[in-house]
Amino acid sequence: MTEASSYSPSMLRGLWALTNRELKKWYKAPLIFFLSIIQPIIWMGLLGKAMNLSALIPTNIPGLDVDAVMKTSLGTSDYFSFMAVGMIGMTALFTTMFSGMSVVWDRRLGFLNKVLSTPVSRGVIIFSKVLSATLRSMFQAGIIILIAFAFGLKFGAGFSLLNLLGVFGILFLLCVGLSSAFIAITIRSTRMETPMAVMNLISLPMMFASNAMFPSKLMPDWLQPVAHVNPLSYANDAVRQLLIFDAIDYTQLAMDFAYVGVFAVIVASIGIVLSWRFLRK
Amino acid sequence: MSDDVIKTEGLTKIFNKHLVAVDHVNFEVKNGEIFGFLGPNGAGKTTTINMLITILRPTAGKATVLGRDIIKEDSEVRSVIGVVPQEYTADEDLTGLENIFLCADMYGIPRKVAKERAEELLKLVELTDFKNKKVQTYSGGMRRRLELACGLINRPKVLFLDEPTLGLDVQTRTATWSYIRRLKKEYGMTLFMTTHYLEEADALCDRVAIIDHGKIVVVGSPEELKRNLGGDVITLGIKEDADVSDIIRSAKHVKDVKKENGAYRIKAEFGEITAPSIIEVLRQKGYTVTRLSLTEPTLNEVYLEYTGKSLRDSEESRENVMIQRMTMRRARQ
Repeated sequence: MTEASSYSPSMLRGLWALTNRELKKWYKAPLIFFLSIIQPIIWMGLLGKAMNLSALIPTNIPGLDVDAVMKTSLGTSDYFSFMAVGMIGMTALFTTMFSGMSVVWDRRLGFLNKVLSTPVSRGVIIFSKVLSATLRSMFQAGIIILIAFAFGLKFGAGFSLLNLLGVFGILFLLCVGLSSAFIAITIRSTRMETPMAVMNLISLPMMFASNAMFPSKLMPDWLQPVAHVNPLSYANDAVRQLLIFDAIDYTQLAMDFAYVGVFAVIVASIGIVLSWRFLRK
Repeated sequence: MSDDVIKTEGLTKIFNKHLVAVDHVNFEVKNGEIFGFLGPNGAGKTTTINMLITILRPTAGKATVLGRDIIKEDSEVRSVIGVVPQEYTADEDLTGLENIFLCADMYGIPRKVAKERAEELLKLVELTDFKNKKVQTYSGGMRRRLELACGLINRPKVLFLDEPTLGLDVQTRTATWSYIRRLKKEYGMTLFMTTHYLEEADALCDRVAIIDHGKIVVVGSPEELKRNLGGDVITLGIKEDADVSDIIRSAKHVKDVKKENGAYRIKAEFGEITAPSIIEVLRQKGYTVTRLSLTEPTLNEVYLEYTGKSLRDSEESRENVMIQRMTMRRARQ
């Protein structure tokens, strides 16, 4: 035991080890794993099926084509399909929110100090949190798509497996951005209450001020700009185009990817810079 | 490599621009020794250790660990040291073995090597039978031993232990001491530990530094410090009624004699040698010694001499209080 360790820390090994540690807490705990699957089902039932907007429109008015009305407003004639995609964004938002909380936990339990005293890169410590939240969200998104399909989600006419890849691509970018943002908020915090309050304050407004449940073009003028800068709107739009719209508007889709991509890169960079600054006090 | 494994020069940490936690501390830790950092709560022990293990940035001064600068070469320092923190940092949702592997991954140790080392370390800390149990089922002592195993996974040349026996029962504490002694003896490891248990420092440390209010007040081996305090105390009674203070004082190594309640309280160096010579001197003068006791000063006296007897109500950060409370709670499980 006298010779010095001749192994040098590898970024990827460290990243995967820390990420897997977070994921194990989830997939090795049957109850938590089960709840994380059941949660989107409940939301979909409540918001997707119970709040069916197309049911508001009476079908007995002559000359009124309900499907056409829905299609003009929502881009698809099926409100449940529209809503199910919104659920994917919402789940991503809520799951990534908790990545911030786990930094506070690790700080409190001393685990953070422990990891900080090993040669693993500081950026890796933070990015493992981002990555684990992202992987969890993407897994849940997959589950939502499956369940939604079972409940009657209608795929767009041009839907292919390539589209599905695009869906996960944009979700990856969205989740990296969102969880980096939440971690940046909590990185200096030593108590649970502050980040909890901040997240409660921003999560629901962030969801409603996006096109998750309601098309942003029909929102009041004062809300539209908010929905317009909200990365959630862009991600939702991209997923809808890829999943349920019959015709894909490729310029808009490229715009969605660019916007969410830039958001992810900027916020993740901020998160990593903050981790260098604040993890070592 | 020079003989000094750790060397600090004017190491200082000031929190929030006015709270001086560590104040221009200078000391060296030599290769292969157990160096103890003693001091009351809030004296700056943990702050010093945190700077040396590079998770706190010093406000001023510098320090090297194994010749590497803790500020400029922090990542190199981290890869050659082992740390056993004050808190229980193992992940409760993982098993003991998974926790060790997690640590190994942080150092980039290949899984095959990590497996061999883990087996060896689990045997050392006697956790082999529990390696596949989740840490939440571990007792305080088992957790502490697991922390020790994790801290050793990279085969460090120097191991930092922050309050290694905080909140442990006597059995576990004694066991922990024996592991620490083995690390020094069998692996030639240098150990830097903080403690506020004086008997622990006395039993384990080759040299101790007493730190108070962020400053080192004295450094030396426990024996040296005790001796500097004025040596042993010999209490002696004689059959006769006379005052023999002057005769006792004439014996070699006697520093002070006081007559208290009919007995003589003698402060002397090298008590084991001095006591027989006092008896001899008295016998020659015709006095008979009826009772005699010899007490060596403990580190307790040394400690109180340097840090005073007043109680400490130090200001602690909310974070530290939380962590400590949680550690104590889990130690009692």
